[in-house]
Amino acid sequence: MTDASARLSAKQWFSAERIAESLKAARYGDRAYTAVTTAFAVLIPLLLLLIAISITIAAWPALSQFGWSFITQSEWNVGAGKFGAAPAIYGTLVSSAVALIIATPLALGVSIFLSEIAPKWLRQPVGFLVDLLAAIPSVVYGLWGVFVLIPLLRDPVGPFLSDTLHLGKTPLFSGPNYGYSMLAAGIILAIMILPFISAVTREVLLAVPRSQREAALALGATRWEMIRDAVIPYARSGIIGGIILGLGRALGETMAVTMLIGNRPEISASLFAPGYTMASLIANEFSEATSDLHVSALMAVGAVLFAVTLIVNALARWLVWRVTRASRR
Amino acid sequence: MAGLACDEGIEKMSRRSRHVRSKVMLGLTYAAAAMATLPLLFILVHLLREGAQYIRPGFFTQMPKPIGEPGGGMANAIVGTLMLISIASLIGLPVGIGAGLYLAERRGAPLATAVRFLSDVLNGLPSIVMGIFAWEFLVKPVGHFSALAGGIALGAMMIPLVTRTTEEMITLVPVSLHEAALALGYSRWRTSLTIVLRTALPGIVTGALVAIARIAGETAPLLFTALGNQFWSTSLREPVAALPLQIFTYAITPYDTAHGQAWAGALVLIVVVLTISMLARFATRSRFRAGTD
Repeated sequence: MTDASARLSAKQWFSAERIAESLKAARYGDRAYTAVTTAFAVLIPLLLLLIAISITIAAWPALSQFGWSFITQSEWNVGAGKFGAAPAIYGTLVSSAVALIIATPLALGVSIFLSEIAPKWLRQPVGFLVDLLAAIPSVVYGLWGVFVLIPLLRDPVGPFLSDTLHLGKTPLFSGPNYGYSMLAAGIILAIMILPFISAVTREVLLAVPRSQREAALALGATRWEMIRDAVIPYARSGIIGGIILGLGRALGETMAVTMLIGNRPEISASLFAPGYTMASLIANEFSEATSDLHVSALMAVGAVLFAVTLIVNALARWLVWRVTRASRR
Repeated sequence: MAGLACDEGIEKMSRRSRHVRSKVMLGLTYAAAAMATLPLLFILVHLLREGAQYIRPGFFTQMPKPIGEPGGGMANAIVGTLMLISIASLIGLPVGIGAGLYLAERRGAPLATAVRFLSDVLNGLPSIVMGIFAWEFLVKPVGHFSALAGGIALGAMMIPLVTRTTEEMITLVPVSLHEAALALGYSRWRTSLTIVLRTALPGIVTGALVAIARIAGETAPLLFTALGNQFWSTSLREPVAALPLQIFTYAITPYDTAHGQAWAGALVLIVVVLTISMLARFATRSRFRAGTD
């Protein structure tokens, strides 16, 4: 209430004109408010659209020149002007797969521990520590990987896998082991995506109704049988959503992978061999790309990465949404 | 009779084995929890061991020495990171909070559903893709790398994070508060900004802190935008140094002295990031406790 309005008499205060005026002012204010918040909200789809369009346009010269062979050809030779992204696509998929194979059981175990088993006093701190993994910057993971993980892989872990366990005879662990490898990238990715998978999994496990658990216990199930037969099936699509969300993270992760994967555009069956991912290819070559075709080819790699993560993320969100929506009803 | 006794025996056996199995599986989840928390401890301990010795006052006030020479600091990178965070916040916070208000107030609207979904998709966008987009859109047209481009790229990454936490926090504000304000004759916009937003403010601040902690350590979007700079620069239109970029540059050199600087930089970065994350965490926790008890 301003001074001027305070001086108005009650009659003037409640006069039809004044009310009409203030309603009008409110209406304009409301309109402006709605317009601004709507504009900000619309900015998000617009931004996404802008990213999609501008990257596609920038990638077009390379995509139109190479066509489908861009993703099937495995020769990436900057000097010769040949750009086949197959090794990078292969490396992205394999390093992410390794990460999922390691991270999924761990994340599931932690989530079950936190939602079903852990004593109350332990839940907060353990959950907090796992969540903190997500706060560590990618470049710090990379630094740790270069100076701690790689030496470890070179000496005790690599020889242990190939010689002690005799896995060296399988193609998966054959060949020389320099440390910088698909395996190193997969392991660091596993640590990095663990908190994302476990956060979603924990949430969907907590969304499973109590009655589901009680019914299983009442039928004489042990606690593990209850978890396996009553809790996990109920939360299944949400858990899968969490795993796919982690996959989305792994596919696009850049810095740590760039520092550990060895950056060689070749396809090799061995996890000990260096490789390349789409993200690390861009990170490594983009600032040194001089020819227009090279820049365009890297943009095309970005476009493929964008498309893949878009599909993966959309799928994951949909799966998680299905479970949490059902439980909210 | 004999058959029955036999069945009972089998049942007793299998019951015991089922319970053993349950114990084993539950034990495995303990192991998983231990294994999941170990990497964090390993990384933190190693950072402290390698980095702490290089943290001296000079680290915060001096410029970097040429790579390979001992000594020097990261003053320019620290200031650069602060600059980039400020630019990003100027973009990410208003847009994110505005969009969050919209989503919370139009829960069921088709546009709100679409925006919510797409903001989650944007949140999952690889940071390197944001980097090349920012290059294509902000660096290529003007012909030079700049702090502004880096800040904008980071700001765009903040938007979906801030949007979703704002929405969540505003949905927690009791509807009765909203209705009371409207019943007293407040206009909608004043209700939203002075009643609802203010009530949700602590939660929104937490969301903003989480978002800032996340972008503070981002490297990939800066590679082709802010680029990094060995010299002092606070100009928006020039390349600027940033802590994560500097760590990356030092880590991939073959010099031990540079590695030491990288560890020290990483230690500073992680202390900042973890402090912000923990502040955010405890702020919301005490708030929720106060609300639910």
